[in-house]
Amino acid sequence: MITIEQRAEFRKHFRNNISSRLITDKIVKGIVFGCVVLAIVPLTSILLEVVRNGAPTLSIAFFTQEPGAVGSNQLGGIGPAIQGTLMLIGMSSLIGVPVGVMGGIFLSEYGNNKYGHMIRFFNDVLAEFPTIVIGLFAFIVIVLVLGNFSLIAGMFALSIIMLPIITRTTEESLKLVPVTYREAGYALGIKRWVVVTRILLTSAKSGLITGIMLAVARIGGETAPLIFTILGSSQFFTGFDQPMDALPLRIWRLSLLPYNSSIAQGWGAALVLILIVLSLNIGMRYLFLGKRGRGGRFRITAGR
Amino acid sequence: MIQTVKLKGGSPIFDKVFKVMAAIAATYILAIIILIAFQLISGSYPIWDKEGISFLTGSGWNAVEGREVYGAAPYIAGTFVTAGLAMLIGVPISIGIAMFMSELAPKFLRSPLSFVIELLAAVPSVIYGLWGLFIFRDYIKNWIEIPLGNTFGNKVWFLSGAPFGLDIFTTSIVLAIMIIPTISTISREIMIAVPNSQREAAYMLGATKWEVFKMAVIPYSKSGLIGASILGLGRAVGETMAVTMLIGNATGPSAFPSSLFAPGQTMSSIIANEFAEASPGSLHLAALVGIGLILLIVAIAINIVAQLLVSRVLKAHEGAVLA
Amino acid sequence: MDDLESQQVDKMETVTRTPIIRKYVEEPQYKLIAENIVASYNGIEAVKNISVKFRERAVTALIGPSGCGKTTFLRCLNRMHELSQNAKVTGKVLLDGQDLYSKRDDAIIHRRKIGMVFQKPNPFPTMSIYDNVAAGLKLNGVRDRKIIDQIVQGCLEMVYLWDEVKDDLKKPGMSMSGGQQQRLCIARALAIQPEVLLMDEPASALDPIATQKIEEMINELKKEYTIIIVTHNMQQAVRVSDYTGFMYLGDLVEFGETKQIFENPRNEITAKYVQGQFG
Repeated sequence: MITIEQRAEFRKHFRNNISSRLITDKIVKGIVFGCVVLAIVPLTSILLEVVRNGAPTLSIAFFTQEPGAVGSNQLGGIGPAIQGTLMLIGMSSLIGVPVGVMGGIFLSEYGNNKYGHMIRFFNDVLAEFPTIVIGLFAFIVIVLVLGNFSLIAGMFALSIIMLPIITRTTEESLKLVPVTYREAGYALGIKRWVVVTRILLTSAKSGLITGIMLAVARIGGETAPLIFTILGSSQFFTGFDQPMDALPLRIWRLSLLPYNSSIAQGWGAALVLILIVLSLNIGMRYLFLGKRGRGGRFRITAGR
Repeated sequence: MIQTVKLKGGSPIFDKVFKVMAAIAATYILAIIILIAFQLISGSYPIWDKEGISFLTGSGWNAVEGREVYGAAPYIAGTFVTAGLAMLIGVPISIGIAMFMSELAPKFLRSPLSFVIELLAAVPSVIYGLWGLFIFRDYIKNWIEIPLGNTFGNKVWFLSGAPFGLDIFTTSIVLAIMIIPTISTISREIMIAVPNSQREAAYMLGATKWEVFKMAVIPYSKSGLIGASILGLGRAVGETMAVTMLIGNATGPSAFPSSLFAPGQTMSSIIANEFAEASPGSLHLAALVGIGLILLIVAIAINIVAQLLVSRVLKAHEGAVLA
Repeated sequence: MDDLESQQVDKMETVTRTPIIRKYVEEPQYKLIAENIVASYNGIEAVKNISVKFRERAVTALIGPSGCGKTTFLRCLNRMHELSQNAKVTGKVLLDGQDLYSKRDDAIIHRRKIGMVFQKPNPFPTMSIYDNVAAGLKLNGVRDRKIIDQIVQGCLEMVYLWDEVKDDLKKPGMSMSGGQQQRLCIARALAIQPEVLLMDEPASALDPIATQKIEEMINELKKEYTIIIVTHNMQQAVRVSDYTGFMYLGDLVEFGETKQIFENPRNEITAKYVQGQFG
């Protein structure tokens, strides 16, 4: 037991250190704020430089023409790259979206077992695969087999990158649908597949679209896997089994050239790419994510 | 009547078919992973056959026929050095940002701030590379590398060499910027998952904000924060384009990271750089695929550890909410 | 409101048979005085202008149906409420005549003087039993190892925990039972030598035996501390408290001696509540 005298004695040992502690607190707050500034500075610089260097190159010709001969006066444009990026996005979604959504349905509706946990785990692992490895893989199984760099190989690689993102967001969105919706459906004697496709997918629509758009924004910026698959080209679409250009790839190739005019075009392409990617991300954020907490469900990642 | 049948989904077979389709989609993910592993192993078999363990330990790199020798050690080292430096710079900043967002920022700042961080996450790697190559590099070279090199270049081994701007140092800083969104976003979630009762316990004892953070938030979320950082490490290890554009692309023994201001090479950058020169069926290609395999194993190992740490913390939180 | 308040206090004085003249002498015996406390949460007023005086070395219970603002009010008394998001407080809280709300930065000084025990036990999970109790001492610059040992032992004795854990001081606090954890939290609050102890339904998460121990402890602690306890359990209020305040919809409806509140409530709602007609 502590007596009153003891308490008085104890209190003497309490140091009046409040002011120094408050100073430490302020210093830490200052450092922490500095960290935030440190993150904002490069972002601002990137956005400003892309706009500053990229905007002057923008013109109708820049969007529509094929690239001119390297180093020549005829600069041409990045038409094929834009076409290629759009085609890649569309084609990859053709595989990535249905498989990803079905995979998400499996995890959410049938995945409460060992197999489901395993798939969930590996799905998360696949989401973090270095994309260059996925490019190498597509090169081995498609380019080497068909004997040609091709749009198909690029589509295959990008669809693999989309897949885990869509699977995960689909699962999370479906899980957010109240159990009562399911129960109500089953109570009416409606078959499970109808409940899932008609009731659950409709209710989870905004989450689904968000996931798909984030995945699209992600693959739109992917560069590494394209080196091994579509190779790059200076022509508009010539066939699904032919090499093709894409924006990120074009930016990379242009940045390696020793001509100022090429580099300027690279900035222009970067501006176009960043506009596509950011408008997809920001658009989704405001259309669908604003209302509820974002949390880890819809994590934005960029193409590598 | 027909309407009802249609609505209810008809024969039970459809249910089975639907479930099987979903299962196939899920299995496809697994199959892809297995297939990737298999293809990388078989595609790199020739190099393991020729070089054996010295593919991991050797540093020679020569693709000239007849004198072919491949050693991945400098690139493995380059990957770990750049990613490690990126962690060294990026983790404290990210934790700071997470702390600001979860503990300090007034409510009206939180959402714009996470928006900024999300923007940082949304910028494609190749644009970081472009920015690094033409903008950031000059600043780093003129403001940091040259002064440091002039002052300490002769005395400190890791600051030696002529600063050129395209080197391990620049690469690591850009990598650090690139992993900040990953680490800070997850760290923030983990800090938010710390129950308020813990913070209140510390406040009750008369703690300042910082002391509350030190006493209640950090110990509770430590393993999750480590997991978030490791997830950032995984990102840095797999990062390709920005690194390829900034690291200076050395090959052979000189690619061993010896100085911050020396050009280097990572596993992913050598694959991206040399791929165009490797003809199908060559040992050179097998060597690049072999490096891809090593990269994959490293990345998977890092990610599994991180996933386990992060999910454990967040799951514990969900449990606490339900209870 | 003020009228009602003084009226109540007057009534209380009559009940305690304290002559009016002696009131001035007794004034310092009010350890903690809340004046015109208005607390809101997300713009909704949870506490509507409450003024009340708490006696030194006595237990005051705050009762009322859930959502009546009693916890919010309690949290205003040591500036804890303002830590919640979108929370606002106005009014004064005088501890020995000094207003806690006078300076923004002072919260950390005052919280040390006014200990708090929460509804659910919240020991620091990564700290040992010993470190949990000593946590506040280190913050306040107590460095003398011997003194810390003495305080830890003394506080654990005060919560009847010493005999149970004296051989396991290095074990994590989470390894104990719920009742033990709660008593550990009380010991942690006592270690920084507060003058007032606020308890927010300290026994609500505990079994009857653990509850009984906590109540015995409160009876012992009130010899030295001013204790304010929020409780849901009316029997508990009767057992442990000297004074009781009944709160309803953010108002302090009635305040007086516990005996009077429960046996002879003046207010109709109080009467209904203590008779168990709602809650």
